[in-house]
Amino acid sequence: MSSTTHDHDHDDHGHAEHGHAAHPPFFRRWLMSTNHKDIGTLYITAAVIGAIVGGVLSMIMRLQLMYPHNNIVTSGAEWNAIITAHGLIMIFWFVMPALIGGFGNWFVPMMIGAPDMAFPRLNNMSFWFLVMGFIFVMLGLFLGSGTGAGWTLYPPLDNIQYSPGVATDFSLFSIHLVGISSLLGAINFIATILNMRAPGMTMHKMPLFCWSILVTAFLLVLAIPVLAGAVTMLIMDRNFGTSFFEPSGGGDPVLFQHLFWFFGHPEVYIMILPAFGIISHVVSTFSKKPIFGYLGMAYAMVIIGFVGFVVWAHHMFVSGISTDSKVYFEVATLVIAVPTGIKVFSWIATMWGGSIEFKTPMLWAVGFIFLFVIGGATGIVLANAGLDTELHNDYFLIAHFHYVLSMGAAFAIFAGFYYWIGKMSGHPYPEFWGKVHFWTFFIGVNLTFFPQHFLGLAGMPRRYPDYADAFAGWNFVSSVGAMISGASSLIFFYILFRVFTSKETLADNYWGEGATTLEWAVPSPAPHHTFEDVPVIR
Amino acid sequence: MKRSIISALGAAVFLAVFSHFALAQTVAADPTAAANAYVNAPHNWQLWLPTPGSPVEAHIDWLLRYVLIIMAVVVGYVAVLLLFVLWRFSAKRHPVPGHVTHNTLIEVIWIVIPTLILAIIIVPSLNLIYYQADDSNPYLTVTVTGHQWYWEYSYNGVPGGLDYTSYMIPDNQIQPGQLRRLSVDHPMVLPVGEKIRFVITSADVLHGFYLPSLGVQKYAIPGSTLTSWTYITKVGTYFGQCNQICGVSHDGMPIEIKAVPLADYLAWVKVAQASYSLNNVPPSPLSSPLPVNELADAAH
Repeated sequence: MSSTTHDHDHDDHGHAEHGHAAHPPFFRRWLMSTNHKDIGTLYITAAVIGAIVGGVLSMIMRLQLMYPHNNIVTSGAEWNAIITAHGLIMIFWFVMPALIGGFGNWFVPMMIGAPDMAFPRLNNMSFWFLVMGFIFVMLGLFLGSGTGAGWTLYPPLDNIQYSPGVATDFSLFSIHLVGISSLLGAINFIATILNMRAPGMTMHKMPLFCWSILVTAFLLVLAIPVLAGAVTMLIMDRNFGTSFFEPSGGGDPVLFQHLFWFFGHPEVYIMILPAFGIISHVVSTFSKKPIFGYLGMAYAMVIIGFVGFVVWAHHMFVSGISTDSKVYFEVATLVIAVPTGIKVFSWIATMWGGSIEFKTPMLWAVGFIFLFVIGGATGIVLANAGLDTELHNDYFLIAHFHYVLSMGAAFAIFAGFYYWIGKMSGHPYPEFWGKVHFWTFFIGVNLTFFPQHFLGLAGMPRRYPDYADAFAGWNFVSSVGAMISGASSLIFFYILFRVFTSKETLADNYWGEGATTLEWAVPSPAPHHTFEDVPVIR
Repeated sequence: MKRSIISALGAAVFLAVFSHFALAQTVAADPTAAANAYVNAPHNWQLWLPTPGSPVEAHIDWLLRYVLIIMAVVVGYVAVLLLFVLWRFSAKRHPVPGHVTHNTLIEVIWIVIPTLILAIIIVPSLNLIYYQADDSNPYLTVTVTGHQWYWEYSYNGVPGGLDYTSYMIPDNQIQPGQLRRLSVDHPMVLPVGEKIRFVITSADVLHGFYLPSLGVQKYAIPGSTLTSWTYITKVGTYFGQCNQICGVSHDGMPIEIKAVPLADYLAWVKVAQASYSLNNVPPSPLSSPLPVNELADAAH
């Protein structure tokens, strides 16, 4: 990173001449914020808190599973509450706020040359719904014996007779709150991207991160209401005597699975598409080349988003769907490999002929590509309905979705963090420690999740606090890996500390010639009001 | 017929009386004893699927190998390509970046080749789906009902009926030769070399009837019945576990299957009918000294 003192002047200049550009006082700035960058910062802060809570839960889980017949977690109820909260928090309060609310808020308006989001107050409201949802999901973890139905919330286990107590209601309402948050955010992104692009910024010139957020926002608008409906029916079944999912009243538990996965499958693309967007920027920047096959990259995401809506029942191959439906859902699922392949090969083609610099963000991006390909390959295995009979709900599945999420999405979040932290804070991160963080985390997560493939092949079911002694070996290795990635995360907090105590400043475009999007045309840190004049794109 | 029932009853009484003293004799008299010779259970540091106990599992084993080999080639190719590009085009070795951002031919190739790879995966995989779905003409149908937290097995069409429950052996009562978290008090007993259909349902919440070594997995869903089938080729003991979260003892309701020759199975049916209908301790060496209800309490 090259540092200059040039920006200080720029910043002072901005403050002096444009009084309205100054930060409002603390209370108004952070609790009543309407500024997309401040709200983005709030989202990233929330995501860090979510990651800490979800991460601590996963450490507890791995400690419990380190040995068979272990007593870290003292009861099945406690265990089920932990796994439920881990899943919900990692998805709704870590990955989504980091990628969409955090980086999306910070950089989508900047990249399209807009002064802010289309609806700044709505933006603020989205964030505070997220916070309320987090409070509720924590109540769902701690009240009584906690919510123990798993993050998939399948009835009848969360019906009132099997899950009495208010914890489950709080968890269900937390889904509503975070759903409202996501929905409002998505509406905001769609309105912003479609209406507020700077002159000359046509859709086909728009940076891929904005494309990824646009597709993600459409997925959210279409998927979240279905989840909200399903959750409402659960709440009605629990509290108002309806029987949507209650067989004794003519309801059907499988209906919930259909509704849940109609949301749940697009949800996995909601988590990974923004990651794709970030990786495209990072790969292009550090190869010092424009992205290869831009249109193919953009429309591959559109196709993934579209096909992602018609594959949901591949989560239900053992729930009794008909044989011919299995064939359809298998084939439709496998089709997604094609646009995903376009993305992977285009990233590699972007690097081809480039001049690659191995800065920390690039390490995370390359790690992402490699691990995502492994997760994709096991996804091809699981998409086979016949093989899913063997592997459904066992540790092979756990390994698969942690390769695409815990490694895919999380690596992209770290890539984005190291790529943009200078733009967001104005200070460089320590390069050495960034690389140490990457390598320790890379080793840790692989050691955690690769052996889980073997556990799955041997038939170890998921969501077990205690297992047959034959599974002890690989579980121990997996837990050791988890301890390594846990320790690696502490390095990340040291890096955060270094960034915020740093006195160094950064140039507008501290990555140099490869970074071509509009956020690199404004000072670091980006001023409170990004653009004093409307930028015009050639 | 009548005589054999009487003799079975006699055997049951004999076992009930002597089982406390003479374990070896019990084993000898147990019609499921043949299944103890071969135990198909997971083992530590296992790297691959269980030894197939049924043709479906053998087919799964083959298809998984086939798909994983193709995927290993794909992942290996991408990894090598990635490493090569990182090496060849690193800033040190290639200081001036090029500007190529389009190549229609290569973009078509990387659509067509993955599509062809998918096609060669899909074709054999469809055979497996239809093979798994064909549960017609079974020799025996067992209705499997999941409960919190035990299994209930009901043998359809057995004259006189046969319906019993199967609980995990609690950790503190494990005997030598039993497997913690896998062994049960009353295993399901099935004949080898016959097609067995499972009709799977639940009495309360969702459960998962999962037999990895036999290639069987279906949810147990209250209010509906799903079917699956197996055909066990080798006399032996097979294990499975509940594989859909079902509450606080989700990990405490394994499935144990004793697969025995048909004659032994028929003998066992008689013994089981006699002993289970009398609510006696069943004639299995794996039987727990505790009656069913106390076991259920112990499991809580």
